[in-house]
Amino acid sequence: MTAIRRFLPGWLSSYAVLYLLFLYLPVIFLPIFSINTAATPKFPLSGVTLHWYEDLPRTPALIDATWNSLIVGVSASILSTVLGILAARSITRYRYPGRRAVNGLIMAPLVLPEVIVAISMLLVMLQLGLSLSLFTVVLGHVLVCIPYSMTVLTSGFEGFDRSLEEASADLGESAFGTFRRVTLPMVAPAIISSLLVCFTISLDEFIIAFFLTGTEATLPIYIWGQLRFAAKLPGVLALGTLLLFASFVLMTIAEILRRRAARRTQNEGGLYA
Amino acid sequence: MTVAAEGSPPLRMAGLRRSPLLQSEAVQGFALISPTFVYALILLVLPILVVIAHSFWTQNYLTIDHTFTLENYRIALTEPIYRDLLWRSLYISLTVSLLTVALAYPIAYFISFHGGRHKSLWLFLITIPFWTSYLLRVMSWKVILGYNGVLNSGLMGLGIIDEPSTALLYNSSAVIITLTHAWATFAILPIFVSLEKVDRTLVEAATDLGDGPLRSFLRVTLPLSAPGVISAALIVMIPTVGDYVTPKLVGGKDGVMIANAIQAQFGKASNWPLGAALSVTTMIIVSLIAGATVLVIRALQRLAR
Repeated sequence: MTAIRRFLPGWLSSYAVLYLLFLYLPVIFLPIFSINTAATPKFPLSGVTLHWYEDLPRTPALIDATWNSLIVGVSASILSTVLGILAARSITRYRYPGRRAVNGLIMAPLVLPEVIVAISMLLVMLQLGLSLSLFTVVLGHVLVCIPYSMTVLTSGFEGFDRSLEEASADLGESAFGTFRRVTLPMVAPAIISSLLVCFTISLDEFIIAFFLTGTEATLPIYIWGQLRFAAKLPGVLALGTLLLFASFVLMTIAEILRRRAARRTQNEGGLYA
Repeated sequence: MTVAAEGSPPLRMAGLRRSPLLQSEAVQGFALISPTFVYALILLVLPILVVIAHSFWTQNYLTIDHTFTLENYRIALTEPIYRDLLWRSLYISLTVSLLTVALAYPIAYFISFHGGRHKSLWLFLITIPFWTSYLLRVMSWKVILGYNGVLNSGLMGLGIIDEPSTALLYNSSAVIITLTHAWATFAILPIFVSLEKVDRTLVEAATDLGDGPLRSFLRVTLPLSAPGVISAALIVMIPTVGDYVTPKLVGGKDGVMIANAIQAQFGKASNWPLGAALSVTTMIIVSLIAGATVLVIRALQRLAR
């Protein structure tokens, strides 16, 4: 029996390593084949080149798509973070009937099939006479970003010591002053983390953008269009690699900030502990 | 993702009576959440109601006939093509959720019970691939499983096969593999959270009372982590049934799923009411199956005790 117990973590940890390989392996092939000279992705590589990367800035359609993605990403992340702050603050600070139901509704887009969410929004927007544009994409992205923003923000707001705010008020700060000098510094990392998470989601989101955009393409839509042509694959792989890298960097920063926020609000000593 | 919702402190309503203080707290709290709530109402609830309404109407070339009819549902449920697509989508999403949960459980267990100091590092490592574009991850599976792909060239290089296999890509197994990979993180996190909540002294008690490691796992840890298993299964099952990108990119002719048919009705075929009825049917059936899954897991949980 003790033998099993000593054996088990060994087995489990090798399984864990294998599992990580399964998670990472597919993703790693993108950068590998993006520097291959041949257009078909197979081993062994026929040669190493940065040619595909050099072509990227010379593609006008890609530049447009990048700008569109940036506009959508920045607008969607700001809007969803603002809505997320209001909701997360309400959920963590106040107790009221129907709180769980409202929270459930706001989190629902997370577990609904994206296609159904997208076509439902499409129907309503067409009925309302909204013409499809980047604006409608932003509206859609905000809906799917809010749940993630809420998750990040509630973990940052939770354990937030209300007595600090009360102390500040007792010491004569106005409501706004308390917010600016006590609340905001405590939750700022969570807010920035939420902005980054939402930006990343919007940057990578395909289905909703696919249904709700007019003629303007975002980066994933541009990639989708390129996928039809086998010869364009290396360019797509190069672009994909850059996107992977961007997502990775943004998420790492977001995670570090989220942890810092959680630590700040949970420490007894508050801000400077 | 249910982490935050579950982690919040319990409602403290019991002790408080309807005092003015509570009322003002309720009003303030609700006022604060109302912009987000209204946003979700307008862009989620209203659209779903509009879809449900459309499913009872008829497409008349360019206009929509608003007379009530169940014809779309008859087509959705009895036309062989839609029936087959629905069954295949359900089969794929059930298989994927079963596989994902089964593969994710040991990892979640490992991190929770043996993660030690590196718990958060492990969690971070597991979430990273999830934050990369879904479209790109599906694309990399296409690169791996393709005719000239990594797997084929690798197997040929090792001399295991003589010519590239066409059996890898463009079928439902390719869809299942890709989706299992894509949803892994979503399954690990809820299971991990519920395993973290398992009272370690209960496991020790079971061991002290003579249960072996396997028995104490089956009778204590596993049943106590059932809520995590339930949310993991649901979080994977419901969205995958309506997946569009994966079947389109790696599914080929045999891997087409219901979402592709729904998209076609809103695109080329331009029959919105039928597309709406297909969406509603899919949602209802997957909710029923999700409900059944919850009941089955709960029953198993009771049996194990």
